[in-house]
Amino acid sequence: MTALFERLATAASTTAFRLSAAAVIAFLLAAAAISGFLFWQTNSVLTDQVLGQLRAESQLLKAENAGGGPVAIAAAVTALSRPEGAGLYFLADPNGSKIAGNLNRVPPELEVSPQGGVFRYKPERSVSAAERLAVAIPVDLGPALKLLVGRDIEDQRNFADTMKRAFLLGFGALSLLGLLGGLAVSRWILNRMEAITATSRSIVAGDLTRRIPLQGNGGELDGLAQNLNDMLDRIEGLMSGLREVSDNIAHDLKTPLNRLRNSAEEALRDPRGGEAYRDGLERTIEKADDLIKTFNALLLIARLEAGALEENLDQFDLGKLVEDVAELYMPAAEEAGFALAVETADGLQVRANRQLIGQAIANLIDNAIKYSRGTNAGSAITVKALREGSGVAISVGDRGPGIPAPDRSRVLKRFVRLEKSRTQPGTGLGLSLVAAVARLHHGEVRLEDNEPGLRVVLLLSSRVFADAVPEVPGAQTSIAAK
Amino acid sequence: MDESRQGWTETMRVLVIEDDRETAQFLQKSLKENGHTADLAGDGEAGLALAGEGAYDVLIVDRMLPRLDGLSVIKTLRADGNRTPVLILSALGEVDDRVKGLRAGGDDYLTKPYAYSELLARVEALGRRTVPEEQQTRYTVGDLVLDRLSHRVARGGEHILLQPREYRLLEYLMQHAGQVVTRTMLLEHVWDYHFDPQTNVIDVHVSRLRAKIDKSFDKPLLHTVRGAGYTIRDGPV
Repeated sequence: MTALFERLATAASTTAFRLSAAAVIAFLLAAAAISGFLFWQTNSVLTDQVLGQLRAESQLLKAENAGGGPVAIAAAVTALSRPEGAGLYFLADPNGSKIAGNLNRVPPELEVSPQGGVFRYKPERSVSAAERLAVAIPVDLGPALKLLVGRDIEDQRNFADTMKRAFLLGFGALSLLGLLGGLAVSRWILNRMEAITATSRSIVAGDLTRRIPLQGNGGELDGLAQNLNDMLDRIEGLMSGLREVSDNIAHDLKTPLNRLRNSAEEALRDPRGGEAYRDGLERTIEKADDLIKTFNALLLIARLEAGALEENLDQFDLGKLVEDVAELYMPAAEEAGFALAVETADGLQVRANRQLIGQAIANLIDNAIKYSRGTNAGSAITVKALREGSGVAISVGDRGPGIPAPDRSRVLKRFVRLEKSRTQPGTGLGLSLVAAVARLHHGEVRLEDNEPGLRVVLLLSSRVFADAVPEVPGAQTSIAAK
Repeated sequence: MDESRQGWTETMRVLVIEDDRETAQFLQKSLKENGHTADLAGDGEAGLALAGEGAYDVLIVDRMLPRLDGLSVIKTLRADGNRTPVLILSALGEVDDRVKGLRAGGDDYLTKPYAYSELLARVEALGRRTVPEEQQTRYTVGDLVLDRLSHRVARGGEHILLQPREYRLLEYLMQHAGQVVTRTMLLEHVWDYHFDPQTNVIDVHVSRLRAKIDKSFDKPLLHTVRGAGYTIRDGPV
């Protein structure tokens, strides 16, 4: 019993219950006010009706008296007092002795209120002993006669009582239903909350694969559950990303570290000494520099994937940035035998991380030069920054060997080098950095067939445009001034 | 280290505020070998005191210091009116770290690990601040003249036509005539980028510039400094 009580108490303390209770109470108060008003109005109308009739009769009888005197009015009262009539009459002499009518005396209630009023009486021919309610008014016929004219209003009274009872029953029932309904809703919500809480607890305990179950009805709680599940997916992704990074660091940095050490050792072992040492040390420094580059790139990617660099946003013209980076690479591209063609849209004002996007574009152009070197000399590497849908697409396309469709998702992973590129210099992190930069800006990377060759598209969502305001002419320069 | 470089930069008094003894001593030794003198301070408070009283040409300040961190040292110096150029060393290398460092009053920012030649080039660039750049309207190296007002470049009286980027590149080199300018410095000041371009993109730009200003003349002015960067100077080859 106490368990049930406790459960009910919990349910009753919820916001859901309080809200539904408040709604029910407000509704009931309004309904009560309206029906109270209706009741009062109805009562007034009926009362006025009866009083009106009584007054009309009074006038008639007065006229009768004026016209025919006591005999006439006695006859009229007798006539009106027949059992089928609804009226109650009492005609008496100044002493109070009855002359005519179906009432036998002045009701005690009316003795104290000379203007008339409500009284109880027992009908002459009634079977039951029940008293009925009636109303009567005195009629002024002069000092010689006393006349009371009345009406039975027991039916009216019954009607009023029935109405009152009906209203009270109704309100009672509604209140109870409202209470129960509120409790039921709260219980239901508590159950759903319990499902969410239970899932969270097991996640906190370590099981990151659990997800909150959905009802499938598309309601707000389902929306909340879905958002929490998305958040859990993200956390799980970050955790596995973290594991991946430490795995990568362990595996992929150990090899260059080893090579570094070997090169130093090799130089030491060289019998020529002197100059050989010098060369050996220089090679060692080169390898150390490569290692540093790889490590920095890994670190940057890991931090990007954790979404840590949101704060550093600049406002700039994306088309201008693309042109600048392309211009930086133009001589190097020409030396390698490529023509760098640039196409940018106007007015691409964005709010983004300028350095990171610059680096991403640089990586892509660098890759294009690196991996298509030797093929199709004189072919163009096209760099574009154009609107696509509601966002913007930065693309770098080459006429090199391209990447076969099945490999395209793999190459975005760190350190993945397709077999034919294994011997190329570089860290193998270029594309994964581009992917991380895309992700940071709520975008994505697409690898497409440039027919022939490879086209890498860095898609940035419309959010990069989000707060951008039109640039004030002359306020911004692209060349740094110290 | 490199004899050809001696005599081209004035001797500088450097203060190194670095808590790692090995690094500090390495810097002191190397700077001495390059003809400069270096004092050491092992924590922020000592460094602040020394910087306040001594007349140093350049301060090298590590960000992570015991007692008082590097940025606070710099902020205090600036608040006291000390305008000595500061090179910040830090393991934190993201753009916002750099911005924070420069906002605190630093003049340049170098992330660890760095190449010593990079550090030396930047220290020398900071130390030599004689005439404020804005006031110099003309740079001259040998018979090469660059006019900052008209953007006109001429050598031996002969006008040389340069692309805007090539002009900017030459301007920066001539601003630091006689000093070593590293590829990273060029990338930062001529292109405003703080990332590593991987391939030798800068080299190609420089060789094109060299073709225009040196090739048809008898004396080369633009030199490659092996392992460090470039320099423009008029002197013995």
